[in-house]
Amino acid sequence: MRKLALAALLLLAITAGAVDTGQRFDDPAEQARYERLIRDLRCLVCRSESIADSNAPLAADLRREVESLMRDGKTDAEIHAFMTERYGDFVLLRPPVAPRTWLLWAAPALFLAGGLIVVIVVVRRRALAARSDPASLDDGPDVP
Amino acid sequence: MKLSLRFLVPAILFAALAAVLAIGLRHDPNRLPSALIGKPAPSFSLESLGDPAWKVGSSDLAGQTWVLNVWGTWCPPCREEHPTLVAIASENRVPMMGLNWRDDRTLAMRWLAQLGNPYVSVAYDPEGRTAIDWGVTGAPETFLIDANGIVVRKYVGPMTMDIWQKEFVPLLPAGGAGR
Repeated sequence: MRKLALAALLLLAITAGAVDTGQRFDDPAEQARYERLIRDLRCLVCRSESIADSNAPLAADLRREVESLMRDGKTDAEIHAFMTERYGDFVLLRPPVAPRTWLLWAAPALFLAGGLIVVIVVVRRRALAARSDPASLDDGPDVP
Repeated sequence: MKLSLRFLVPAILFAALAAVLAIGLRHDPNRLPSALIGKPAPSFSLESLGDPAWKVGSSDLAGQTWVLNVWGTWCPPCREEHPTLVAIASENRVPMMGLNWRDDRTLAMRWLAQLGNPYVSVAYDPEGRTAIDWGVTGAPETFLIDANGIVVRKYVGPMTMDIWQKEFVPLLPAGGAGR
């Protein structure tokens, strides 16, 4: 129980890390949208942080820019386009799914498939070897 | 056969991994490709650093090749590159405009008075809006814009004579018809 409480506290600490906690919009839905947008944009000074988490001056400028674009009635896609036109795809913490990023997005599945193939081949080979001649298993711990 | 394959496969995998990592080591992660290269220079019209009543803009130097240098007095590498900028300006090959980024007018004017002024004009951008339009991530940054208003080169970091000669001079119009 105590461990669970500690874990919950630690999780809280992670969410409390954001630098920009200011209320920018009266409408809770708009405020949530603002917070989601700045969480998806990379701070180009600190690289691994979003502009929500960074207190670099450029991140502050970009947060102000997101706010003013939202007040101008721009959609999420238009705001993302505004940023990528200026800073490239790198500014998006979630890379877009496009032909040039297919390999990137498919990589986890490809690695998993590759691992599965290796496992299947090894298991099959061992099963075959065990059936024909148990003595040929030179690396298994199973032969007494 | 069985034995050789068992050693060959990990060896090939290792070689492939080593090759990928070797390529990764040669990449400078701080060098980002600019989204602006080959595109029209973003337009701006800002107060002049020296005179708020005077406007400085991207159209001032339209029709000729020009340089935009982003700087601020808070930026140590800008101080490092400043003598190089002064030397480049003294060659009179190409006009250089300054974009004073997130700075203080008084400090910036003092800087130019003390270290020399390589700029034909300096646009004052205390809020950094124009810098965002140019995709600036950190000063100093130096852009080269051709006579058609297209951004043809960008260099992030302190300018040196070596980089200027290698990466910028070949793109200047022949004969130094700068101004």
